Amino acid sequence: MSRKVFSLVLAALAAGAAVLVHSAAFAADVKKGKDAFMKFGCWQCHGTEGQGSAITSAGKVLAPDPMPLETFVAYVRSSDRAMPPYSEKVLSNEDLADMHAYLASIPKAKDYKSIPLLNQ
Amino acid sequence: MARKDHASKDSTAKVDRRKFLKGVAVAGAAGAVTPQAANAASTSGAATARIPSALPPTAWTIAAETNTPQKDLNRIGGVAGSDFMVDVIRTLDIKYLPSNCASSFRGLHESLINYGNNKMPEFLTVTHEEIGVAMGHGYFKIAGKPMMTLCHGTVGTQHAAMAIYNAWCDRVPVIVVGGNDLDAAIRPPGVPTVHSAQDINALVRDFTKWDDTPVSLQHFAQSFVRAYKIAMTPPHGPVMISLDAGLQQAPVGPSNGEKLYIPKYTPTSPPAGEMGAVREAAKLLAEAQNPVIAVSRAARTENGVRLLVQLAEALQARVIDTGERMNFPKTHHLSAGLPAVANADVILGMEMNDFWALVNQYVDNGSHGHGFNQQRMKAGTKLISISSVELNTKANYQDFQRFQAVDIAMAADAEATLPVLIEEVKRAIGNDKKAAIEKRGEAAKKAHAEAQVRARQAAAIAWDAQPISTARLSAEIWAQIKDLDWSLVAQSGNVSGWPHRLWKMEKHHHWLGQSGGYGLGYGAGAAVGAALANRDLGRFSVSIQGDGDLMYVPGALWTAAKHKIPLLSVMHNNRGYHQELMHVQRLSSFRNRVASLGGDIGPIGTSIMNPDIDYAKLAQSMGWWAKGPIKDPADLGPALKEAVAAVKSGQPALLDVWTQPR
Repeated sequence: MSRKVFSLVLAALAAGAAVLVHSAAFAADVKKGKDAFMKFGCWQCHGTEGQGSAITSAGKVLAPDPMPLETFVAYVRSSDRAMPPYSEKVLSNEDLADMHAYLASIPKAKDYKSIPLLNQ
Repeated sequence: MARKDHASKDSTAKVDRRKFLKGVAVAGAAGAVTPQAANAASTSGAATARIPSALPPTAWTIAAETNTPQKDLNRIGGVAGSDFMVDVIRTLDIKYLPSNCASSFRGLHESLINYGNNKMPEFLTVTHEEIGVAMGHGYFKIAGKPMMTLCHGTVGTQHAAMAIYNAWCDRVPVIVVGGNDLDAAIRPPGVPTVHSAQDINALVRDFTKWDDTPVSLQHFAQSFVRAYKIAMTPPHGPVMISLDAGLQQAPVGPSNGEKLYIPKYTPTSPPAGEMGAVREAAKLLAEAQNPVIAVSRAARTENGVRLLVQLAEALQARVIDTGERMNFPKTHHLSAGLPAVANADVILGMEMNDFWALVNQYVDNGSHGHGFNQQRMKAGTKLISISSVELNTKANYQDFQRFQAVDIAMAADAEATLPVLIEEVKRAIGNDKKAAIEKRGEAAKKAHAEAQVRARQAAAIAWDAQPISTARLSAEIWAQIKDLDWSLVAQSGNVSGWPHRLWKMEKHHHWLGQSGGYGLGYGAGAAVGAALANRDLGRFSVSIQGDGDLMYVPGALWTAAKHKIPLLSVMHNNRGYHQELMHVQRLSSFRNRVASLGGDIGPIGTSIMNPDIDYAKLAQSMGWWAKGPIKDPADLGPALKEAVAAVKSGQPALLDVWTQPR
């Protein structure tokens, strides 16, 4: 994480309590999260299962262990990297919480050693 | 594009419509114009000296004008000029000529198939000029020699233009010959006149190495050999010759009183780096704590790959191959990614596609809607450039990329410079450096092994996803081809580099690079051209075919079937123009708006769905073995096995696979 992003995250953490309070006011919905993940174009760079792609840098994936919700929200709101920032007008906190739940629900990948095609 | 025959309807043999050959139409010239050894030749039908036009008519002319016409009379009145052109072309070992037929080169077309018996070169039928040039592009990257293609005047050259630009940007030679009917007084009115221009070469002059408009047969011979020579001298590039329709149809005659001859072709040695600069570079590299080598098109041949390995091992320097060719084996412990730039104190860039982007990055997320720049390398890093492209830069089109200041610059061909650079590096490495170099190598081995594990674990994520992940797609293809002599001839669309991360990519023909100009429509044609070259070598060709790319030039499928070119084409069908899809999404975010999807999965105007294209049916309709769409990853392996068997039997085969975006 770059210094600038880190500072943005810290700033956002200050507002994080409000986010968490807000997110606690509803139950995050995995199904809605998947729909939002598709509707708002997240899948375009991150893949439909958050597996990442060339555009998201090798090794950086969203699932199955997404970053904590408050960090996730802060990054989406203030990204100054390849991903454009999404405002609350475009993407609500509720949508973000649902997306986070979706990403967290994705099963962990198998160990590559158990997949013959990855041991050729 | 048919054009009416404008030859005289009477049976009188015609002399050349151009006055410069007046009076020397040679009757019944005996057969072929045969080139001599070492492509020096004279024409058997040509008169030996200039004959003044005031001379009385020859016996043949008198007979032609007064006798009863014979049924088999040759209207041309001698050996066709385009027969001589075929002789010229044949001296240069050009095997194939993919073209879309047209009236402006009907003279040469007829000579190629009847006088030349359609061999060396063999006329291959394409449905679009863009395919013909792209085939030549892909063919060269396997065969190491150019194809020739014919275009029709204004329209054909404009159709070909994007493919020529791709070849220009990718430093690939293609010999493009455009038919053009120059004589306004004689050419047919209507369509053929619309299809003519004063200078068709002007359409592509900004992105060809050289062009010419020969006005005599001798001029053609000189132009063609010169064009070939220029195209084949690094940095390679496309060349263009405008070929007058009248010149093709005129009979062979003397040129300034001399016999026609075909100039001898002697390859030009590629330029190597100046020794002073080479020694200075070697010293910097030998004394560096952490030298890094970066390459885009440094290896022109398999020998280039071997030389790069020698240089890297001498220094135990990590090598970043940006992928415009297969320069450096991906399995080698010194193969590295872009992050290696960050710790380098000396970087040697060879034939870089974009040196600026190697040491900097552009992030398209600035606060004012523009991107911003960031430096990847640390301050004080010394940069060395060896690039032949510095010898051939033009102004208009911006393929030269951003300017990057360097410390040593050699306008030279990298592969030609490598032998002497290797020797100088070895000479410059003192005994006191050897332990550090060995230690560097050990660290690189560890880093490479760790990267291999990370890549495989990343590939396991979304392994069973639908649509199918690009990692799964690549791993499944690899399972079917790994025991063959294989070549990944094209990859249109972005599959996140998975073949490079998972396949044993080691030889120059394992990967041919991309289009150069990033013009859609390259992949399908170039794959067919490269597969043709591989067919002649008994090698298996596979292409990862983007859906957007194929829909520019679906006719390429027909050409492969028509000419029995085996090729496995696996569709990376993500049902959209994915790069553009992300751009519209980005701008929507910048403008604080939700992107309108219009019922598709991407913003309006970026999806190729509703209706979904059935690529298997499309391919089948053009004579391919085809199957799909494959949506379940469990079905992919068995389908690929069938497709590989079809290709081994000599057919082109297409497998449509619904994939993740990247």
